Amino acid sequence: MYPLVEVQGLVNRFGRQLVHDGLDMQVSKDDVFGIVGSSGSGKSVLLRTILGLQRPQAGVVRIGGSDITQMTPAQLRSVKARYGVSFQQGALYSALTVLQNVQLPMIEHLDLTAAERDELALLKIRLVGLPADAAGKYPAQLSGGMVKRAALARALALDPSLLFLDEPTSGLDPVSAAAFDELVLYLQQHLRLTIVMITHDLDTIFRTCNRVGVIVDRRMESDALERIVDHPNPWIQAYFHGERARARLAGAHGA
Amino acid sequence: MFVEVGHAGAQVELELTGEWRALQIGEIERALAAIELPAGKPVRIGTQHLRALDLTGAWALREFMRRARGGGSEVTFAGAPPDQLRLLDELQASAAAALAGQPALPEHTGLLASIGRHAVRAGADTVDGLGFLGRASITFLRSLTSLRRLRLISVARHVYDAGLTAVPIVALIGFLISVIIAYMSAQQLRGLGADIYVVDLVAIGVLRELGVLLTSIIVAGRSGSAFAAELGSMKLNEEVDALTATGVDPFEVLVVPRLLGLAIALPLLTIVADLVGLAGGALLCRYLLDMPLTQFVGRVNYAISPSTFWVGLLKAPVFAVLIGLCGCYRGMLVRDSARELGRLVTVAVVQAIFFVILADALFAVLFMQMDI
Repeated sequence: MYPLVEVQGLVNRFGRQLVHDGLDMQVSKDDVFGIVGSSGSGKSVLLRTILGLQRPQAGVVRIGGSDITQMTPAQLRSVKARYGVSFQQGALYSALTVLQNVQLPMIEHLDLTAAERDELALLKIRLVGLPADAAGKYPAQLSGGMVKRAALARALALDPSLLFLDEPTSGLDPVSAAAFDELVLYLQQHLRLTIVMITHDLDTIFRTCNRVGVIVDRRMESDALERIVDHPNPWIQAYFHGERARARLAGAHGA
Repeated sequence: MFVEVGHAGAQVELELTGEWRALQIGEIERALAAIELPAGKPVRIGTQHLRALDLTGAWALREFMRRARGGGSEVTFAGAPPDQLRLLDELQASAAAALAGQPALPEHTGLLASIGRHAVRAGADTVDGLGFLGRASITFLRSLTSLRRLRLISVARHVYDAGLTAVPIVALIGFLISVIIAYMSAQQLRGLGADIYVVDLVAIGVLRELGVLLTSIIVAGRSGSAFAAELGSMKLNEEVDALTATGVDPFEVLVVPRLLGLAIALPLLTIVADLVGLAGGALLCRYLLDMPLTQFVGRVNYAISPSTFWVGLLKAPVFAVLIGLCGCYRGMLVRDSARELGRLVTVAVVQAIFFVILADALFAVLFMQMDI
């Protein structure tokens, strides 16, 4: 069985600045894969490359076994219908209600009547735990946590088996962030999702991820969560064993 | 393809096959719709050969089960029912409650109601606009008290953006206006043998009216839209709130410098348009009417007085403030959505042009009464 997402020898360069230099990454089915790295280490560039939003200078990006860097836009479109993406700021369309936001991918890709779309979109809105009256609201009327959930509902509109989340809990208070972690876990188990997420949040990593990839020195070190914390690289040590991480780690090992 | 139908005695046997995914939902629904259900006959569903079932697929299956039960059939599963159905049941209960909870807004759609609504909105808009003008004026007067609060660097930037970069297009327009006036009047006046009056028409037309008017319209399109879009996206990005929270008055750093910059730039642009217009007139008279340059200059001197030039130039700062106010006011009204931004930028430009023309008409009447 091939990995669901596979990146090999990725090179990304902007002018003189080398962002990735031979980066490798593998995500298997049913993984919850966390991408970690310092600010400016190229996490977002990596995600944008995997999503086909920008072409790398070199390297291979396979989703479901096929190389997306060699695809025509038409081929890429069919791949894009198979995964969902939730962007960091939500990226909800501000002129559309939450319900219409969720329906937009359905209109593009699914053969459904308007009434069926209404019903299915409402299901997705309920699925992410949004209250009933959120469906008719515009993004500007939502709180930060609700925006994240609405973005997740839109990412789930086509029932993808692969989900990309960019900083799903950033900007949320700890209680909302914990609730969001639980939601991600719930969806992962009930919908059998494979999830790739960029995150800084140690709580999120320890609660939801089973594998973690750390971008250090323009490459990626990845391993199971239990093992990556003992990786000798100084940045990884500082990340998982810094002052903020210690309490969390003790708790996780104790449990 | 997605379902195989068999009949075993008194019951209908359905075997689900393949991948029931959202992307194939149209075909799945058609396959289910094609199944004939004799009323009352029990239905048994097998899921052994089902390779994937996502929520959308499960929803289609449940819709089918509902139809079968509605026809009096008993529906059972050969094995355990799929998990997805249970998840769906939990969600559906709350979704139904959600739909029921949405109160319908009373909709007045009659012509009279529409006129009333627009009148009320226009009234409120006028009051808000006057409030904006008032606040901008007060901020301007207050910023006169110190050089630092006048934000001269910012003003200079707007003079550059709205003025210097507009010189080529304004010059071109100035030239084209004189071409239009000269050709049009030459054709009419030649029949009367009054060729020389072409000079009067070009000089007076460009200096007094058309130079400043068309320059203002160009600037309204360029800078009015730029102001509205810039301030509007700053509003969307909460940059305006950030300024206020830092204790900086957004009117002082955003609105007044733009108005001042435009009030400086537009008169200068008008002078450019006037000069190029006159030069164009001279050129055309030379080649169209074989009039030597000296005669053109002499006639211009005779036809116009300094006040002709000043009457045109005097209007420029007034138009500039009108354009700047429309742009900044609409920009500051943007909230919530990108669509709103586009709508208000459009409104800003259209209103700026409207107010410029309206003001020009008022000036025309005023100067006429004053005998200038």
